[in-house]
Amino acid sequence: MTVPDDTDFAILRLLAEDAGQGAGAIGRACGLSQPAAWRRIKRLRDAGVIGGQRLVLDAEALGFGVTVFLGVKLATKGRVSLEDFERAVSAIPEVQTVEHVLGLYDYRLRVVARDLPDFERVLRRRIMTLPGAGEVEANVLLSEERRPGPLG
Amino acid sequence: MIFYIHAKIMLDDVDRRILRQWQADPSLAPAELAERARVSTGQLARRQARLRDAGVVKGVVAVIDWAVLGYAVEVSLRVTLDKTQGNAFDAFIVEARRVPEVIEIQTFLGRVDVRLSVIARDMGHYQHLYRSRILTLPHIADIEALMHVARIKSDKALPL
Repeated sequence: MTVPDDTDFAILRLLAEDAGQGAGAIGRACGLSQPAAWRRIKRLRDAGVIGGQRLVLDAEALGFGVTVFLGVKLATKGRVSLEDFERAVSAIPEVQTVEHVLGLYDYRLRVVARDLPDFERVLRRRIMTLPGAGEVEANVLLSEERRPGPLG
Repeated sequence: MIFYIHAKIMLDDVDRRILRQWQADPSLAPAELAERARVSTGQLARRQARLRDAGVVKGVVAVIDWAVLGYAVEVSLRVTLDKTQGNAFDAFIVEARRVPEVIEIQTFLGRVDVRLSVIARDMGHYQHLYRSRILTLPHIADIEALMHVARIKSDKALPL
C-alpha cells in the first residue's frame, strides 16, 4: 500500500480503541468526509494493516480469575518436532496464545484458569504432558495495558 | 448450565453460545452471527446489549498488524525491578509508557516483575531503542529478552 500518513495513523488509533465505529464517526473525528474515511479504512484493511477484530471480554466477570504466562523450554529438541508440540499446545482450550520465541525459553504461553487450583490442573494434566515439554516457568499476571504504539 | 458471576449477571446457554460465536469472528454481520448462535436477530441484539451493559463485553477492537506497518522485530523484555526502591513499579511504568515502541505493559507475580512488548523496524532500530530508551528506564535490576519468532495461536479466546 502507499505509505500510511498521519490521518491513517489517527484512524488506526480510533479503530484500535473501538472497531465498531462507522466511517461517519471516524471521518468526523479525523476531519474527513464519510466516503473519504470509508476509502481509507478499506485500504488499511485490504493492505492487512488491520489484521482483524477482537472481542474484548471481561475474563474475571466470566469466571476466569487467573491468567498465567508460561515460559516453556523443550526438553528433547530434535527428537520431538516443533509442529507436534505446537499442534498439541494450540489444542488446549485454556491456552490463549502461543508464541515461538528465541532466548531463555522456546515458547511463551498465555493460560487462563478459573482460579489457582484450576490452573494447577491445567498445568499438570495438559501442559506438563505435552510432547517434549521440559522446564516451565510460571508468572501470574497482575495487570496489563495495551499501548497505542508508534502511530504518529 | 447456569452460573453466577459477581452476582451482576446470570449467563445461560444462549449467552454462552452467542459469546462463543461472537469471539470466534467479531466482524460477522448480526444476521450471520444470529444464525450461527441459533437465535433471532432481535434476541441477539437484546442479549448483546445486556452483555455490554453488564460489562462482560467490553467492546470490539481492531488488531493492528505491526509487521505490515514495517515493524519486523518484536521483542519481549522481562524486567526485574530493584524493589528496595519503594516506587519502583510506578516510576518504571510511567516512564515505559512514554516509549512509543512499547505496545504492551504487563505486571506479574513471580520471577518477572514487568514485561514490555517492544516493536522495532529492524535489529539496528531495536538496538538503538534498547540502548537509548529501555536501559535508561528507572529501577531496572535485570532484563531478559525473548525475541519473537512466530505467533502460533493468537486469538486470545476464552474457553467458554
